[in-house]
Amino acid sequence: MTSLPLAVDPLFVGGVGLEEVLIVALKVGVAFAMLMVSVMLMIWFERKLHADMTNRMGPTITGPFGLLQTLADGIKLFFKEDLLPNDERGDSAIFRLAPYLTLIPAFLIFTVVPIGGDFDNADGKVSWWGNTTQLQIADPPVGILFVLALSSLAVYGIMLAGWSSGSKYPLFGSVRASAQMVSYEAALGLSLVAVLVKSGTLSTHDIVAGQADGWNWNLWMTGFIPFIVFLIASTAELNRPPFDLVEAEQEIVGGFHTEYSSIRFALFFLGEYMNVVTMSAIMVTLFFGGPDGPIPFFESFGWAWGILWFMLKVLAFCFTFVWFRAALPRFRYDQLMDLGWKLLIPLSLGWIVALVALDLAASEGWNRPLVAVICFAGLMLMGTLLNAAVQSGKRKRLAGEGFD
Amino acid sequence: MGIFEGLEGFKLTFGKLFDERVTGDYKGGRFDDEKREKPLRMHGRHVLNRYEDGMEKCIGCELCAGVCPANCIYVRGADNPIDDPVSPGERYGFVYEINYLRCIHCDLCVEACPTQAITESKMFEFSFTNRQDAIYTKEELVVGDDGQPKHLPWEDWRPGEDENTSAWMRATSPSGAAEYIGKVAWSGELGYGIRAPEAGQTADLAEAHGDAEDMAGGNH
Amino acid sequence: MEFVVFIIAGLLAIIGALGLIGFKNPVHSALSLVLSLFAVAVLFLNQDAQFLAAVQVIVYAGAIVVLFLFVIMLLGVDQAEDLSVEPIAGQRPIALAIGAGVLALSVLFISVAADGGATGQQSVTAEKVDSITGTAQSATAALGDNQTDGTETIPNIEQLGRTLFTDYVFAFEVTALLLTIAVVGAVMLARKPKGELAPLPVIPGRSGTTDETEELEDA
Repeated sequence: MTSLPLAVDPLFVGGVGLEEVLIVALKVGVAFAMLMVSVMLMIWFERKLHADMTNRMGPTITGPFGLLQTLADGIKLFFKEDLLPNDERGDSAIFRLAPYLTLIPAFLIFTVVPIGGDFDNADGKVSWWGNTTQLQIADPPVGILFVLALSSLAVYGIMLAGWSSGSKYPLFGSVRASAQMVSYEAALGLSLVAVLVKSGTLSTHDIVAGQADGWNWNLWMTGFIPFIVFLIASTAELNRPPFDLVEAEQEIVGGFHTEYSSIRFALFFLGEYMNVVTMSAIMVTLFFGGPDGPIPFFESFGWAWGILWFMLKVLAFCFTFVWFRAALPRFRYDQLMDLGWKLLIPLSLGWIVALVALDLAASEGWNRPLVAVICFAGLMLMGTLLNAAVQSGKRKRLAGEGFD
Repeated sequence: MGIFEGLEGFKLTFGKLFDERVTGDYKGGRFDDEKREKPLRMHGRHVLNRYEDGMEKCIGCELCAGVCPANCIYVRGADNPIDDPVSPGERYGFVYEINYLRCIHCDLCVEACPTQAITESKMFEFSFTNRQDAIYTKEELVVGDDGQPKHLPWEDWRPGEDENTSAWMRATSPSGAAEYIGKVAWSGELGYGIRAPEAGQTADLAEAHGDAEDMAGGNH
Repeated sequence: MEFVVFIIAGLLAIIGALGLIGFKNPVHSALSLVLSLFAVAVLFLNQDAQFLAAVQVIVYAGAIVVLFLFVIMLLGVDQAEDLSVEPIAGQRPIALAIGAGVLALSVLFISVAADGGATGQQSVTAEKVDSITGTAQSATAALGDNQTDGTETIPNIEQLGRTLFTDYVFAFEVTALLLTIAVVGAVMLARKPKGELAPLPVIPGRSGTTDETEELEDA
């Protein structure tokens, strides 16, 4: 029997028969539906919450509390005229392809996220009709790398969209976007390494299982810095405010999606918010224990409690993203690049070294406080040197001097 | 990096969640809803006024079209038929159209009109589905036989919106006659009669009335 | 099943490669390259090298081709080329000859490797596991350590990490140094020279200034 490299789900032990295929199909269907509904709700949530934070009311008329506003917008967009650039200035084939390159990675990343399950008692597995399975679609042993790989692919959608529109502002937006996303991917990956050092595994199921006991969340086990770096880096990856230079209406009209209309724009819109929900889910999985939470009653439905806690945590993150939008002004492009390269990457690198040194000290029996002090001093020293270098460079640049 | 100043924003926006909302539910969404009070001199849809005896005030002079910065008024004058004059005077506005896709409601036309024929009401509800319908013709613009602006089928008029459409007063006499220079006078309007002068205008109502009656309906 | 995946992925890789050299538009070529790299990643997965597959996508498809596209877009070389004109004389015959030679060499290597190769190894990972843990393992059990059938296996990435930092640490450090030198070199090359700025390069074929402003004189 040939091994299937993509799942260490207990479902697949013993071969793949019709039952297994049906269960996976069910999981895919449920996850797809959940994701689509959550995107719709996320868009509504953003509009309502942003309005509340800015003294307004948001959608109120369509449906109770304006819940069906997203649906109404989707229907309206569906009926609009579909414009395509002509092939002399733009490229209609790639224009058509680009929204899918943004949308599909968002779906795919969600497949490795554990959305429920009781990790305290049952190791996150549920047993239905004699089949034990995990509450996630797939659990590859390199789950987190899969996430990184797909978020690298999301850059393509935006880059190609802007270029294929054949017009200035989209090209601006897409060039800025690709530079921004590529820079922050490095910070994303490095902050992830801190989590991996603590969890010792790349599989999302095992990362969540490692945080199962309530005091083991990676949030504080890695120190808070990797979480903050990951939060900032993922906000930049998602092109959310304050890093939304890419689609800044006040500056470059719509950026890469200026020329898109009708259903293609709807796909971009959908893709962006789907990415928000998915990235929130990843952050919850990595740092907040995923479905981990107290189970006060109905112990047999522990897996359902897992789903509830997971959704609450994702909701908290969506709230945070909207809060960012309401509270922060936009970063200028050079400030954005400085933040990514000169602050986040060195910080995460230094933090990884410190974490590994502390781990080593614990396992080798060294004097832990001493090691901690040395790490801290080292970080401070490196930080000061870096700051001095950056400041001197900035001073020279502002004074207009070149370098010899 | 001054990053901690940025955190003030978070406190503020979070606090706003518990504050009262400034924008209320938008009123007037449906025909039976309450509508907000409109300012007295709001610029809305134009109306072509008529004198108390039913004659149209518009003399087809095309001054409004000439002054319009958006080129949205199309006027053509024609000679008044001898036995059935439309306006007091020699000519009247035969074709009068306003293109509301172009109109910016600046009211320069209202300032330019020598007879206060064109004024703006408070009605702002335009509705058309093609460019041809956007051009309101004289039939739609001219006031009805009762002196009130016509209630077009898509418009939702509320009480008080068709009042005071002719909100301008002339500081000098419209006829140019020397005796009336400096005297504030209103011409009579169909359905409204003689308007009372506004605050700060002439206190001598009787004089104003007397002059007005002389002028109304007379040929210049 | 493995065979079916191999055939499909292999076909896609070949189609991507043909597209890479066949398309006139450089952006289309770059996207075919992405397809090809993806297919290669699937082939890696087929052989249980999950880490390699993920890294292939992250590094190649996710960074290097993005860089290609970036340069193509910025430098405006995205105009379709005229393939009938040959810039360098004799390019095509030489390319054909070298291509045939490479093909012959590849066929030779593959036939030698398929027969068991020079050392007779069937799976490199299995041998390395033996040398590290000292116990005999089965080559197909390199899935992960979540198997419930009791065999103890070391995950792919841990094997890689161990060998990289013990047997091949020197090569690793030298490569890291090389990459650092490349970064420092790039930063140095991109600095502004002291004194006046060099003039911006003029890109032929792109209209930098439009003549439309002249039409508005009489507005």
